[in-house]
Amino acid sequence: MITPTHYMMLSAALFMIGVIGVMVRRNIIIIFMSIELILNAVNINLIAFSAQLQNAVGQVFAIFVIAVAAAEAAVGLGIILAFYRNKETINIDEMNLMRW
Amino acid sequence: MAEAIAFYFLSACILGFAVLVITTRDTVHSVLFLVLDFLFVAALYVLLGAQFVAAIQILVYAGGIVVLYLFVVMLVNLKRPPEAHQDPHRRTGWGFALSVAVLVELAAVGAYSYARPASALAAAGSAGMPVTGNTEQVGWLLYTSYLIPFEIASMLLLVAMIGAIVLAKREL
Amino acid sequence: MVDSVVIPLLKIVIVLNATLVAVTYMVLLERKVIAWAQSRLGPMRVGPYGILQPIADAVKLMIKEDITPNRADRWVFTAAPIISMVPALIVYAVIPFGPEISLFGRKVSLYITDINVGLLYIVSVASVGVYGIILAGYASNSKFPLLASLRASAQLISYEVAVTLTLVSVILMAGTLSMVGIVNAQYNQHVWFIFVQPIAFALVLIGGLAETNRAPFDLPEAEQELTGGFHTEYSGMRFALFFLAEYANMIVVSSVVTTLFLGGWLPPFPNTPVLHALYYVPSWIWFFLKSFAFLYFFIWVRATLPRYRYDQLMRLGWKVLIPLAIANLVVTGIVKVMLL
Repeated sequence: MITPTHYMMLSAALFMIGVIGVMVRRNIIIIFMSIELILNAVNINLIAFSAQLQNAVGQVFAIFVIAVAAAEAAVGLGIILAFYRNKETINIDEMNLMRW
Repeated sequence: MAEAIAFYFLSACILGFAVLVITTRDTVHSVLFLVLDFLFVAALYVLLGAQFVAAIQILVYAGGIVVLYLFVVMLVNLKRPPEAHQDPHRRTGWGFALSVAVLVELAAVGAYSYARPASALAAAGSAGMPVTGNTEQVGWLLYTSYLIPFEIASMLLLVAMIGAIVLAKREL
Repeated sequence: MVDSVVIPLLKIVIVLNATLVAVTYMVLLERKVIAWAQSRLGPMRVGPYGILQPIADAVKLMIKEDITPNRADRWVFTAAPIISMVPALIVYAVIPFGPEISLFGRKVSLYITDINVGLLYIVSVASVGVYGIILAGYASNSKFPLLASLRASAQLISYEVAVTLTLVSVILMAGTLSMVGIVNAQYNQHVWFIFVQPIAFALVLIGGLAETNRAPFDLPEAEQELTGGFHTEYSGMRFALFFLAEYANMIVVSSVVTTLFLGGWLPPFPNTPVLHALYYVPSWIWFFLKSFAFLYFFIWVRATLPRYRYDQLMRLGWKVLIPLAIANLVVTGIVKVMLL
């Protein structure tokens, strides 16, 4: 019997995998992808609660999260491209000057 | 029973591919594992009865956002991978400690819920709404109660589109 | 148990086999039709009138040497044709070939399944099909295929937007996302949607041509450009898989256009008592006739029209089709509300 607790644990585990990815990796594109994992974890939680409470509001919220994630990915990748054109690197340790 | 098998299989795949996303050296392989992850998450949504959100997940996330990531990965494909040298600032220790802490926490939550089980989930249904069918419910809510967030989201997407074009252009 | 497991499995087996045979014979059909358009005969040697030509092609491709480039990414190189083929095949799960009929004393529906987000499923699966092209170009580890694959995928995702916006106006007319529901809506409204939404029909047809990389939008894979496009480094069975995927996509687009605009399995002017005689023709025959007409139209267009240049292609997708699709949607919405 699958209770909402199962879905919450899955969501928490996926969330933590995303956070660990953000903290450990140096490649900025992998960091962005870990952020997408975090957003997906939140979505799983929302949809699971929507199913438990028999209310479609959770799904509406999840659709908004997906829309915001799309906007954030587009702008973030634009920033990465602009930065790469200037500094030729995607290692965030080398992205450490505010002005040069 | 079938639902339990499906849930455990899907969550194993989701977590497995997520770990592969953050640990693979090659960025393109990482992106491909992310696509697979999103497809399995969409399958999980279908299991929960949210078919519209599952289709939107595949269409927007797997078919749009990750394609964008793949383009950028190919455009910044460097000769040497960016983490070729051992970085002294690398926080692997913190990552490991964090994962152990989370595992202990998950085990505690699991034991607590085993002692006091919650009720089972049903597929997402209507809660006194004038329409039936998953897409219709979501559409009803989206266009009546949550119309203003919907319009703001469309403005957000427009601004993001303009911002991405301006940022990625070579010369303005 | 029989109804829920055996019958769908049988349907899947039949549909998959029929599709694979159909895409193989599409090759022959294309060569023949283009040949006739150019006043020549096409393949005539293998079998009577060249009927066995696809079998010869298949044997040739299977026994060809399978070359993998030296520093190509092995896993991705192998996976790309598969990623191209699978979405083209799994779309058949929701395409309705006919209504529920009684076969051997049992009610059987002539579609594998009917999910309530059928049209959205088709669009999302088609958007996953882009990966095959991107990964094929990337994994070849060579300049020309990479550029060609980026061009092809940019073309695909641009026309996806136009087609999806157009499909929304069809959904407005039908009131449902399910494919069977759309055909039933055409039955209830006594008219095929092509007469109600002619602009949407033209847009979906043009968008479908561009989505499947067919002429006149086949710049990314034409031999005269970019040395053969994203499948340059592929040989043998993998190359065959790319082409089978393209023909399978063509058949999918034909089937979807038939279902959405030409009434799927319905005869012309459905639900009118005067034309009751048309119902004696089996429903799936109507479906195949209409899909075949569109396949012939695709091949005919390839034989006739010159190729679009890449910037003309992108201009058409973004500056012409998308505004037209949005305008069509707005007009459909207004008319639908006023005629409430």
